[in-house]
Amino acid sequence: MQKLGKQTIKFDTPPTITSTACIVGPKESDGPLASYFDKCLDDEFWGEETWEKAESKIIKETVSLAVAKSNIPSQGIDYCFAGDLLNQCISSSFGLRELNIPFFGVFGACSTFVESMSLGSVFIDGGAAENVLCATSSHFCSAEKQFRFPLELGNQRPPTSQWTVTGSGAAVLSKSGNGPYITHITPGKIVDLGIKDANNMRCSNGASSCR
Amino acid sequence: MDNFETPKQYQDYVDKKSPNSPILRNCLCAFFVGGLICCIGQVILDICKARGLSIELSGTVCSIVLIGLSAFLTGLNVFNKIGKFAGAGSLIPITGFANSIVSPAMEYKSEGYIMGVGAKMFTVAGPVLVYGISTSILVGLVYFVLM
Repeated sequence: MQKLGKQTIKFDTPPTITSTACIVGPKESDGPLASYFDKCLDDEFWGEETWEKAESKIIKETVSLAVAKSNIPSQGIDYCFAGDLLNQCISSSFGLRELNIPFFGVFGACSTFVESMSLGSVFIDGGAAENVLCATSSHFCSAEKQFRFPLELGNQRPPTSQWTVTGSGAAVLSKSGNGPYITHITPGKIVDLGIKDANNMRCSNGASSCR
Repeated sequence: MDNFETPKQYQDYVDKKSPNSPILRNCLCAFFVGGLICCIGQVILDICKARGLSIELSGTVCSIVLIGLSAFLTGLNVFNKIGKFAGAGSLIPITGFANSIVSPAMEYKSEGYIMGVGAKMFTVAGPVLVYGISTSILVGLVYFVLM
């Protein structure tokens, strides 16, 4: 691999996205993309006692699905890159503890998934891995609980407030395959343009990801 | 894609693009729901007085009933829907205060009764209590000195 320009990396043998999987919550299931998801949940808890446990279960099941679709035995996956929004990336750590795959915890908020795929690609093209697993998850209820107010609080959300997705996405990347390929990556810089509204996630994140 | 060189440019752009809260609608909703809650309180107060309770005792009973009702509705996941519609109308009366204590208690129950419910119950109401009580002490001191 080689560095192009200021911050782009070009891969010599572009890694293939071998398989992907996605499980989403009830609100996401109502949207126009519903038919593209592998599984749509109709319950925020998915039979678990807490939202955090539910999120762990969502990422665990998503990852299992992605690995199953790839037809690669889990012993054939060298590393796992995953993260989520909660303290200590606890949904991923707990969700993936039974996988028995060396784990890198990644935190990039909205960019966690792309970040994990970028790092995974570098590992593959660098020769450190044949196959890597990349995953992320978030849960509206656990994110609101950690970052904002209790859901039962009778406050009003401003029109610019966004919805944290309830769901998880996972992808298996491999050294060889028939594509789609990851040919280049361009990580963004952190740009703080001074948005102070904790509800306004798009304006505060959008600016930093575009540089 | 527009290029933003300074935070000010970006802030102006965000302000231009962001939809504003519907202030008139919010005010009207808050006025009528808040008024309705106060009317309910007045009815409770009048009933208590008609039953022979003193005015102070009637006030206490009225507060207890409204707090109980608000806590109950919070538990049924109804109060947040009222709050979404009424905003300050349901938040400012004693009903909002009850909701602000019951809602974190419910939310953090999953983390246990001591470190969850007990420790996190006042995360929303805590600042109100701290500065409310501090202010009342200050005002009390001023009153004490002047009188």
